[in-house]
Amino acid sequence: MAKELWKGNEAVAEAAIRAGCRFFFGYPITPQNEIPEYFSRHMPEHDGVFLQAESEVAAINMAYGAAGCGARVMTSSSSPGISLKQEGISYMAGAELPVVIVNMMRGGPGLGSIAPAQSDYFQATRGGGNGDYRTVVLAPATIQEMTDLTQEAFDIADIYRIPVLIVADGMIGQMMEAVEWKQPKPRKLPKKSWATDGTKGKREHNIISSLFIDPKDCTLHNHRLQQKHDLITQHEIRFEEYLTDDAEILFVAYGTTARICQAAVLRLREAGVKAGVFRPISLWPFPEKELYDCANRAGVKAVLCAEMSMGQMIDDVKIALGGSKSVHFFGTGGGTCPTPAELTKAAQDALEGV
Amino acid sequence: MAIVYERSRGLTETEMHFCPGCTHGVIHKLVAEVLEELDIIGSTIGVASVGCSAFAYNYFACDMQQAAHGRAPAVATGIKRVHPHLAVFTYQGDGDLAAIGTAEIVHAAMRGEKITAIFANNAIYGMTGGQMAPTTLLGQKSTTSPQGRQKEMHGSPIRMAEMLATLDGCVYTERVMVADPASIAKAKRAIKKAFTLQLSGAGFTMVELLSTCPTNWGLSPVEAVGWLKENLVPCYPLGVYADKAEQKEATR
Ligand SMILES: Cc1ncc(C[n+]2csc(CCOP(=O)(O)OP(=O)(O)O)c2C)c(N)n1
Ligand code: SF4
Ligand SMILES: [Mg+2]
Repeated sequence: MAKELWKGNEAVAEAAIRAGCRFFFGYPITPQNEIPEYFSRHMPEHDGVFLQAESEVAAINMAYGAAGCGARVMTSSSSPGISLKQEGISYMAGAELPVVIVNMMRGGPGLGSIAPAQSDYFQATRGGGNGDYRTVVLAPATIQEMTDLTQEAFDIADIYRIPVLIVADGMIGQMMEAVEWKQPKPRKLPKKSWATDGTKGKREHNIISSLFIDPKDCTLHNHRLQQKHDLITQHEIRFEEYLTDDAEILFVAYGTTARICQAAVLRLREAGVKAGVFRPISLWPFPEKELYDCANRAGVKAVLCAEMSMGQMIDDVKIALGGSKSVHFFGTGGGTCPTPAELTKAAQDALEGV
Repeated sequence: MAIVYERSRGLTETEMHFCPGCTHGVIHKLVAEVLEELDIIGSTIGVASVGCSAFAYNYFACDMQQAAHGRAPAVATGIKRVHPHLAVFTYQGDGDLAAIGTAEIVHAAMRGEKITAIFANNAIYGMTGGQMAPTTLLGQKSTTSPQGRQKEMHGSPIRMAEMLATLDGCVYTERVMVADPASIAKAKRAIKKAFTLQLSGAGFTMVELLSTCPTNWGLSPVEAVGWLKENLVPCYPLGVYADKAEQKEATR
């Protein structure tokens, strides 16, 4: 199919509609406003519902209600708004509701800046809400990948009954790139027999709830959730390697930063330094084993984690490497992107330190 | 032998956990009877909130969702948008609806969301052990207002039925009490009217029910009913505050 030029925020909304999402609840915040705006224009064409909520708190709870009815539902925001959604995300994880949540990350903490950042990694992968829960976290690096992952995200949410986060940043949201709309691989989806859609007098009532007042029941529930998390870890890890085969310096980076690392890799290679990028696509489940294997290949002399934060994913990198390699870090916080020159220098410094 | 009274089919057989004399149980029964009489048990989705009525999902025979504290109107909105032809109701206490969930209830009413809020106002946080609510009366003692609620410090009680009635999307609010057979019968009529209006697509509807909390009021069940009539009713006058469906009829 022909390629079309799409803005990231609009592309993710269109991808959701193509994935069968007919319910979107949101609240304006920069740099993701084109997402609700796109839905507001196009949901009516598909007999879908776009509703601007009074807050992100309300939006995520509207998503809870709709997801509990078995609908494919999306909500989106940027960092401060995602903070407000944490209560709802915890409840949805507890009630095992499928939902797709987009975070176009911006600089923080607090009101921060409206420029691209990756400083919500902890919040996304550790859970900003209460309780032992996980959300699948997918981090695209291009608009094409974001559209492909959106379909995947809805399927994963449905298959495992779990909230799925798509985390990108203001850069990916705001820029335009060529997109080819692909026919998604159909996955076998379970029937939503648990949904509340009226008993019609034909079955016992369905209950959507995260409340298990008897601690024994709640413990069992937690064990069940853990089994599900284990299953997801087995089946849903995604990552990409870029020129890693002969790499002596290995960047570990995701999303926008990974792309800038790729530019740095080309510069380094021109200068005779063999560099490569290991790019986690699923931030949770994190490609631990895959990263370990990649970083422990014979040629790798140094590992350099690069993030648009002061150092968050680096924790997972260190856990994955288990002390087998020392990890260098380059980070930019608050809404500035690293330049290829900065990353090239950081790589050279890391190699010199070996 | 003729059956003169039986449990509404709108309720499950699960034994309720409410304290003796608590009128949450009465309100549950009334809602269930209305669902049965309107023949909508199979086409209703209820939303339980956080408070002593959190377990409402175990008691109502219709499909149920449990919402975070205060968020029931937002959850109900999501449900109603997916199932516009089903009846959707929330069951909320005064802490839930008039404190932490004020934004959600106001905006559901503003949007004219076609849902029914069943609002059990007992002027206290029952479940957490009797703390002050925004509905607690001036002078009323609670575990967080041991000297009694003071206007200068805490403000005055909030009247939700009146407040929401000012919003165009809110077509019906009525305040009733569940204190004796006559008032209970009246309360049921209000609930039935709210559901009927909802199903006709008129807009947002709410019934505020003055309810007892003998446990945290420190009263016996009988004393609690007396206290409700003597103290709650003067602050929260009973009556219809919005009936815009009827107004529309009248102006036609
Ligand atoms: C976010 C959050 N804050 C606080 C609580 C604790 N909490 C549980 S019930 C409740 C008060 C409920 O009072 P009300 O809504 O009046 O219901 P009642 O028990 O009186 O029927 C509170 C504060 C909670 N569960 N969640
Ligand atoms: S604490 Fe109060 S409101 Fe809660 S069940 Fe007991 S009497 Fe009812
Ligand atoms: Mg109360």
